[in-house]
Amino acid sequence: MNTATKTTKALSEWPLWEVFVRSKQGLEHKHCGSLHASDAQHALQMARDVYTRRQEGVSIWVVQSNSITASAPDDKGEFFEPASDKIYRHPTFYTIPEEVGHM
Amino acid sequence: MYTQSFNVPDDSAPKGKPSVAAIEPPELMQKFDASIDADGRIEPQDWMPEAYRKTLVRQISQHAHSEIVGMLPEGNWISRAPSLKRKAILIAKVQDEGGHGLYLYSAAETLGTSRDQMLDGLHSGRAKYSSIFNYPTLTWADVGVIGWLVDGAAIMNQIPLCRCSYGPYARAMIRVCKEESFHQRQGYEALLVMMTGTAEQKAMVQDAVNRWWWKCLAMFGPPDADSPNSAQGMRWGIKRISNDDLRQKFVDATVPQAEVLGITLPDPDLKWNEARQHYDYGQIDWDEFWATVNGNGPCNKERLSTRVKAWNEGQWVRDAALAHARKQNQMKEAA
Repeated sequence: MNTATKTTKALSEWPLWEVFVRSKQGLEHKHCGSLHASDAQHALQMARDVYTRRQEGVSIWVVQSNSITASAPDDKGEFFEPASDKIYRHPTFYTIPEEVGHM
Repeated sequence: MYTQSFNVPDDSAPKGKPSVAAIEPPELMQKFDASIDADGRIEPQDWMPEAYRKTLVRQISQHAHSEIVGMLPEGNWISRAPSLKRKAILIAKVQDEGGHGLYLYSAAETLGTSRDQMLDGLHSGRAKYSSIFNYPTLTWADVGVIGWLVDGAAIMNQIPLCRCSYGPYARAMIRVCKEESFHQRQGYEALLVMMTGTAEQKAMVQDAVNRWWWKCLAMFGPPDADSPNSAQGMRWGIKRISNDDLRQKFVDATVPQAEVLGITLPDPDLKWNEARQHYDYGQIDWDEFWATVNGNGPCNKERLSTRVKAWNEGQWVRDAALAHARKQNQMKEAA
């Protein structure tokens, strides 16, 4: 078989999914990677095979990658900056007499 | 994993590299350089120079291809493994390699190249993969030696990649390295068992080591003096340790393992150098290495055609899965 036919198949690639795994009860789901799958059930099965072959998880979430809205890296300034001049939001802003001990 | 740290352009790549700094916006370039100098990490949405992106796509996709093609020589032995236990182990290992390929293709996709594009590069013969897989696996001992030496060499290469400046690649490598240790240990242990067997079995192990040893040393890529692209890779935090340094680490780590195993490494020049506190080793046959990289190894054609055949024969499965998904969607909408 030749490979020349493949260029036309780019459009039929399975969609991309992001995979989140809860490693054990009581912990949050954590992003661990992505994969291609035809639908959500398929993505779950693939995620199990790829990311939890050694008991790495007890629960999996999959979400299609194009459903995620992300902040842009250029926003770093205005988006996150205001927090840095509100130091009174941190406990270390307040001086407490030493005899009070741990608070 | 299995990358060889060769900086070999794929066949489609232009031969001469343009001077990067000259064509990129200086302000962005400065910010990027500062981030690299501070040992920062670059993430997919961050600005990066085109040459950095291209180098990564090439290296990560070659790495991914190597994982996928690497399934073939070992896959040959699944049906002929000497026991059910060894068969289960080998299946698990080959499955891991498939997973490693997936992690790496995903990392490369974040740079804006689709997996189908990368696979097309592999299947059409334009893209390179580790030349170590263009040698045949003649006996069961080869399976053990691949685990011990080929995966061992790969681990040496991959551990520094866990600190690569590109976040998705580094994260993929951390995952790969965690799984790779099983690969090396299972191979070494399989050989230990063979070495307690008959004279014929021991000879089989020695023969496999003789055939693979020099190929494994070549996996680290050409000597530093002949690797002009390495400096750029180092500058960008993609490559952390030079080819020759990694090769030396591998030799130093392997010699005592060979002694415990009871085999001889096929190099009359191999000996401890008290002054250097390292093992000296003999000349690698680079002509043979380049002949294999350039498509003329013993199994290049067979590996690629097996891979292309598997891809083509799986087309109906990929199509059927998509058709099923479409149908499910239509039924949901109709309900």
